[in-house]
Amino acid sequence: MTSVIRTRKLVKTFSKGLRALDEISMEVKKKEVLVVMGPSGSGKSTLIRTFNGLETFDSGELEIVGIPLHSDHNERNVREIRKRVGMVFQQFNLFPHLSILENITLAPIKVQKQNRIEAEEHAMSLLSQMGIITQARKYPSQLSGGEQQRVAIARALALKPELLLFDEPTSALDPERVGEVLDAIRSLAEKGMTMVVVTHEVGFAKEVADKVLFMDSGKVIETSTPEVFFTNAKHERSRKFLNQIGE
Amino acid sequence: MRIKRYRGLFIQVIVSTLFISIVALFINNLSVNLLRAGLGLNFSWLFRSAGFALAEHPLPYSPSSSYAWALFMGWLNSLKVISSSLLIATLIGFLVGFASTGTNTLLRILSKLYVTLIRQTPLLLQLMFWYFVGFLSIQGEIFSPIKGMLSLSNQGIILSGINLSPEFSSLLVGLGIFTAAYISEVVRGGINSVPIGQWEAFRSLGLSENDGLYKIIMPQALPAILPGLTSQYLNLAKNSTLAIAVGYADIYAIGDTVITQTGRAIEGFLLLLLSFLLLNLIISNLMELLNKYILTYKQR
Ligand SMILES: Nc1ncnc2c1ncn2[C@@H]1O[C@H](COP(=O)(O)OP(=O)(O)OP(=O)(O)O)[C@@H](O)[C@H]1O
Ligand SMILES: [Mg+2]
Repeated sequence: MTSVIRTRKLVKTFSKGLRALDEISMEVKKKEVLVVMGPSGSGKSTLIRTFNGLETFDSGELEIVGIPLHSDHNERNVREIRKRVGMVFQQFNLFPHLSILENITLAPIKVQKQNRIEAEEHAMSLLSQMGIITQARKYPSQLSGGEQQRVAIARALALKPELLLFDEPTSALDPERVGEVLDAIRSLAEKGMTMVVVTHEVGFAKEVADKVLFMDSGKVIETSTPEVFFTNAKHERSRKFLNQIGE
Repeated sequence: MRIKRYRGLFIQVIVSTLFISIVALFINNLSVNLLRAGLGLNFSWLFRSAGFALAEHPLPYSPSSSYAWALFMGWLNSLKVISSSLLIATLIGFLVGFASTGTNTLLRILSKLYVTLIRQTPLLLQLMFWYFVGFLSIQGEIFSPIKGMLSLSNQGIILSGINLSPEFSSLLVGLGIFTAAYISEVVRGGINSVPIGQWEAFRSLGLSENDGLYKIIMPQALPAILPGLTSQYLNLAKNSTLAIAVGYADIYAIGDTVITQTGRAIEGFLLLLLSFLLLNLIISNLMELLNKYILTYKQR
């Protein structure tokens, strides 16, 4: 099986000299769903953001969808990766001045030079897949948090990405809205989308993840199947973390 | 919403009534005093012939034209230099603003340097610099990228057949570059008011920095930029009175000559005040229109 993400000894240091990423070596294969867990400040966001070049790194090797990325952050490679990798943020980050439809069609029209009709048709089918086709002409502020996050997923899907990255996609939602977003992500997994999901949702991880990667202080502590991780974690630190979040 | 609008209208009516009464009182006071001194407000001198020549006049003018016409030429000259340096200042100001928030480190440093340099020196000095060092001391042409289209020399700027005098050129460049530094700060502030998540979102979609700035960041930054931009435009209009320092015949320079010749200081200054009020009302009303347009576009 081909790997979609491969890193070797990835190191990232922020100005204070603290290692946010400390020699991370890992791999995600095609159609795999990787859930990333770990305490606050352990480097989960930093890691997932280096995967689409939103964060640079100091040393090590990184290859995303077959494109190598080095510490010099080659602009052309970064752009190429971003065209083929979608990202969904904790705070949705929809464009408030654009309609839902425009939010989704902007990149296909601007980046992939699709014509408007074609892009809008695809956008509508994505919205219907997300169960929010009636909201197409509205603006982000008129939607609930759960609906906004589903728009953000549709927007990320519009470029037909080979990899989707989620950074705590349900952490900013009201509890009763979490389910609808997780369901949407779950249905993508069923269709074989390759994904990396940073989340604290244990039920979701158990059900959807192929592997769970546990981080602490910028290091990968363990990578296990959810069965092993949640019932019989290999490492003391993993077990302590699971205790703290009540598992 | 409706109540709010009526309340706004009510306050406007009260304020304007107060303002008009105060002005009326002031004018009444003034004319009573003038009458007592045997002077009286009198504008008939406006139609006597001015007797002085003007180096620059957008419409036909000769020394036998009236004072009123001479003042009007001055007003047009002011309008001309204000509107053209306003365009230049806006263009440079936005470009420098973009550069100062962009990803290119060298451009960021250069724009910071430019803003610091311009803001730490007096405008009068800068105008003199552009006039004496910038234009009058040029030997031959120094800059002529397209023959006959654009050239810089001690004859001023020649732009595709339009010949701009050294006086006008130095004002244009001086006011433009000075105001641009302030506008760039306004633009930078507006851009920085847009959440960082918006940048990350457009970047993660593979959009270029230019597309993202134009399509995502600027539409959200503009409402924050416009008020500051308006006040910089108004400052530019007021600063244009420094034209007198380089000998450009703007409304203030001509007004000054007229007052000296006629001795009609009070009427002269009243006219000057009115003409500036008019200039600034034009600017702020245009900006208000632009603001409304952008807001309705945004809400749709
Ligand atoms: N822009 C930054 N500048 C300086 N330090 C940073 C920056 N971003 C993150 N860090 C630091 O890097 C470390 C890892 O942060 P990161 O955001 O990746 O953690 P996280 O696992 O995503 O945490 P959380 O669960 O709170 O989101 C932390 O110590 C954090 O303080
Ligand atoms: Mg995080």
